Amino acid sequence: MLKIEKRREPSQAMVYITPFIAIALTIICGFLLFAIMGKDPFRATSLIFFEPVTSLYNISELLVKASPLILIALGLSMGFRAGVWNIGAEGQFTIGAVTGSAVALAFYEMEGFYILPLMCLAGILGGMLWAAIPAFLRTKFNTNEILVSLMLVYVANLLLSVLVHGPLRDPDGMNFPESRLFSDSALLPLLMEDGRAHIGFLVALVFVGLALFIQERHMLGFQIKVTGQAARAAQYAGFSSKKMVWVSFMISGGLAGLAGTFEAAGPVGQLVPTLPAGYGFTAIIVAFLGRLNPIGIMLGGLLIAITYIGGETAQIALTLPSATTSVFQGMLLFFLLATDILINYRIKWFGFFKPVAKGK
Amino acid sequence: MDLFINIFVGIIIAATPLVFAAIGEVVVEKSGVLNLGVEGMMITGALTGFVMTVHSGSFTVGILSAIIAGALMALIFAFITQSLMGNQVATGLALTLFGLGLTALIGNSYTAESIPDFPKIFIPVISDIPVLGPMLFHFDILIYVSIALVFGVKWFFDKTRLGLTVIAVGDNDDAAHSIGYPVRLYRYCTLMFGGGCAGLGGAYLSMVQTPMWVEGLTAGRGWIALALVVFGAWMPVRAMLGAYLFGGISILQLHSQGFGLAIDPQFLSMLPYLATIGVLVAISLNKKGSSKLKAPACLGKPFYASD
Repeated sequence: MLKIEKRREPSQAMVYITPFIAIALTIICGFLLFAIMGKDPFRATSLIFFEPVTSLYNISELLVKASPLILIALGLSMGFRAGVWNIGAEGQFTIGAVTGSAVALAFYEMEGFYILPLMCLAGILGGMLWAAIPAFLRTKFNTNEILVSLMLVYVANLLLSVLVHGPLRDPDGMNFPESRLFSDSALLPLLMEDGRAHIGFLVALVFVGLALFIQERHMLGFQIKVTGQAARAAQYAGFSSKKMVWVSFMISGGLAGLAGTFEAAGPVGQLVPTLPAGYGFTAIIVAFLGRLNPIGIMLGGLLIAITYIGGETAQIALTLPSATTSVFQGMLLFFLLATDILINYRIKWFGFFKPVAKGK
Repeated sequence: MDLFINIFVGIIIAATPLVFAAIGEVVVEKSGVLNLGVEGMMITGALTGFVMTVHSGSFTVGILSAIIAGALMALIFAFITQSLMGNQVATGLALTLFGLGLTALIGNSYTAESIPDFPKIFIPVISDIPVLGPMLFHFDILIYVSIALVFGVKWFFDKTRLGLTVIAVGDNDDAAHSIGYPVRLYRYCTLMFGGGCAGLGGAYLSMVQTPMWVEGLTAGRGWIALALVVFGAWMPVRAMLGAYLFGGISILQLHSQGFGLAIDPQFLSMLPYLATIGVLVAISLNKKGSSKLKAPACLGKPFYASD
């Protein structure tokens, strides 16, 4: 009754239409889910999708959530384009937060314009270092980078826990597993007087522009595209696949590490064990939602941030567990991947009982 | 001696959820599909098994519904990746996110519930044998099922025509398609089997091992099961031995303070993950040596039948 036919050329229109179809389907399913659970679906849907953009405070919170998502997703999208699967950005985020915070704590109670840049540098290097492990194992031994980067997420979280229980713990903190509060010079400047939005969002926007330039105008962007779409052609053209793995992991690891430092130096203001809140995993959805395109990722990051804030509001107003957000995010990714087919294939409807005509 | 028996039994019980999930994924990957959603299917099985046992009061109903729930989750994956040719890596991730979220949402009101102890099989005379009795013949039935399942799968791939066809589908889907095998149908079936096994593994966790429900109960075991498949080089018995090794590491962690080991318990918690990485490297080093250690050739690649 249904037949799938390959298009001669990928449909450009569908590239832009399908994310909206996916969002609409997610809202419809969420609506049904709430109705089944006995919650007022109109109220829940509007709380999740519209409430977050109604007040200045909420918009500021939205930027706080969107910044790390956009930064990490930008890095991941480069790798995904080249067929390199860094699934462990969450771990690189954590290590970046640790190294950035270590610098902040080393300069504790000192003031200076140089502290924040040093922290960012440390965060980027920390993320790169953690990403270098799967990159090295992949290029040296051909070890599966998906599993290695993922296992390192758990190791990174445990390492963070060890550090905040030990060397980085606040000496005057009555044994609470938390670092000292950062000094003013180690905190990111705020964007608005109210709320917690910080300049990290502007940095993310700069990286959106940079990524757009690399993708459209730079040789590296072309190499990434060819490697991902036709590995053998890339080989003949002399593009090294090992170099691609390294470049992908360094960019995505560095940006994830920077996002980690921003999280510690921005909304949190210290190093806490609960710092890794799943941004590294959610960024994967953002990358796909944005079609691995920098502008798309920026919009996707903002949209997912809306569901975060909305999820939190709904959680309080309707007494739902915090996991409501990940249900929505999972569904959104499902629908995106499912509607992807419309780009390269055409679906023909033959009615319920007509057999599929062969050879046509 | 009692401590030794306790540790041995503890290892087997800790490893069994991994055995179930890993053996299912072995079959899935043999057919050329990479389903990274094991964690999501496991936790769905865990909640379903627990909830259905609470409501029906019957373990059988709980176990069966957990298997069905895992298989249904796998069906979503199969539809997106096989019928709609979606990216397998991303779809698997979505499955995990969705499963973790949905179970937390639904399971919220079941955290205070409890179920009775899962019955252990006690065979008169044999179970009374000193040492060996409590070590080998005093388990719940699911442990024996898991071992039987592993050897059943081994037999399936080694000795049956159907098993060989599944391997062919995983190694060269185009060739299998051109001689008339329904590649997609085979993969739907292996995926559902894998989902059922993962669901059962999850149910073992929530109904036998702990027995309770908390959000995120599986705590990364689905991912370890995925690593075990590589560890076992896609061989059922090796994957099972890997699971027992991991069970051993997690029990070692529990007993480390008892042994007087002066290591931060968090470093010990890192061991399973670091061991997985070590094993992955060892496997990749070994690849050139034996052709048996190779991954199915079509693993993770989409299949489009051009009639």
